[in-house]
Amino acid sequence: MALDQSFVGRTYPPTRPYEVGREKIREFAESIGDTNPAYTDPAAAAALGHPDVIAPPTFVFAITFKAAGLVIEDPQLGLDYTRVVHGDQKFVYVRPVCAGDVLTVSSRVESIKSLAGNDVLDVRGDVHDAAGELVVTAYTKLVARAAEEG
Amino acid sequence: MTAKIAYADVEVGTELPAQTFPVTRDALVRYAGASGDFNPIHWNERFAVEVGLDDVIAHGMFTMAEAIRVVTDWTGDPGAVREYGVRFTRQVVVPDDGVGASIEVTAQVAKKLDDDARTVRVDLVAKSGGQKVLGMSRAVVVLA
Repeated sequence: MALDQSFVGRTYPPTRPYEVGREKIREFAESIGDTNPAYTDPAAAAALGHPDVIAPPTFVFAITFKAAGLVIEDPQLGLDYTRVVHGDQKFVYVRPVCAGDVLTVSSRVESIKSLAGNDVLDVRGDVHDAAGELVVTAYTKLVARAAEEG
Repeated sequence: MTAKIAYADVEVGTELPAQTFPVTRDALVRYAGASGDFNPIHWNERFAVEVGLDDVIAHGMFTMAEAIRVVTDWTGDPGAVREYGVRFTRQVVVPDDGVGASIEVTAQVAKKLDDDARTVRVDLVAKSGGQKVLGMSRAVVVLA
């Protein structure tokens, strides 16, 4: 069933602030096996000009995808999440996410398309810091496969 | 921000050092915990088969996180990445055989974007089992 086109352009209120912790960044870096010292050693990060350890580029997805859940699970949208796969993902950074950042995400439905019976949903998440400055924007394309006939 | 590669030293076609990243069930469980993505298709074989998959598959975001390491290891400073996008084209199947799978990543400078901003576009190719698992995989990076 095609999704409601009136959701295009809909915005969702900012999420509860997420405080980025050094140890959470370390845990994430270790989980992907990445030993870059910028993720774990404040002195190494400072030598690169960062105020504290920084997060790997895709770390912020954990926050933006949770925020996109507001859209995905909106009962009025009618998306069947059991049929959803992640199509595309893109990040555009103003600066890297740093330990100590307090981040909020504002999500917006960018587009809704129907392609070959599949629903294609583009959600944008703007991530702001405590000062209200944009840190990174996440673009997430979700594809809900067509329900099987019969 | 201090990338260790100079803009002047790269040309279109400059290859980044290729890397191969192992993917084991253990890694997927760790990644689930670190990322908060506990979808059972990434750790529970019974569930994966029930929903029509051949076996447990890696998180797409795990593959995305590994692929960009070719770029961040090259620049030294992960903060040099200004844009990074991928399309998830094929699943990475991770068998519970003590070996798992691997993701082979190659990358090259595709375009010098801005001489003043010293930005380049890097195109990445990520394969598993000989087949491409990411499409349209591109990063924009600031060099020194």
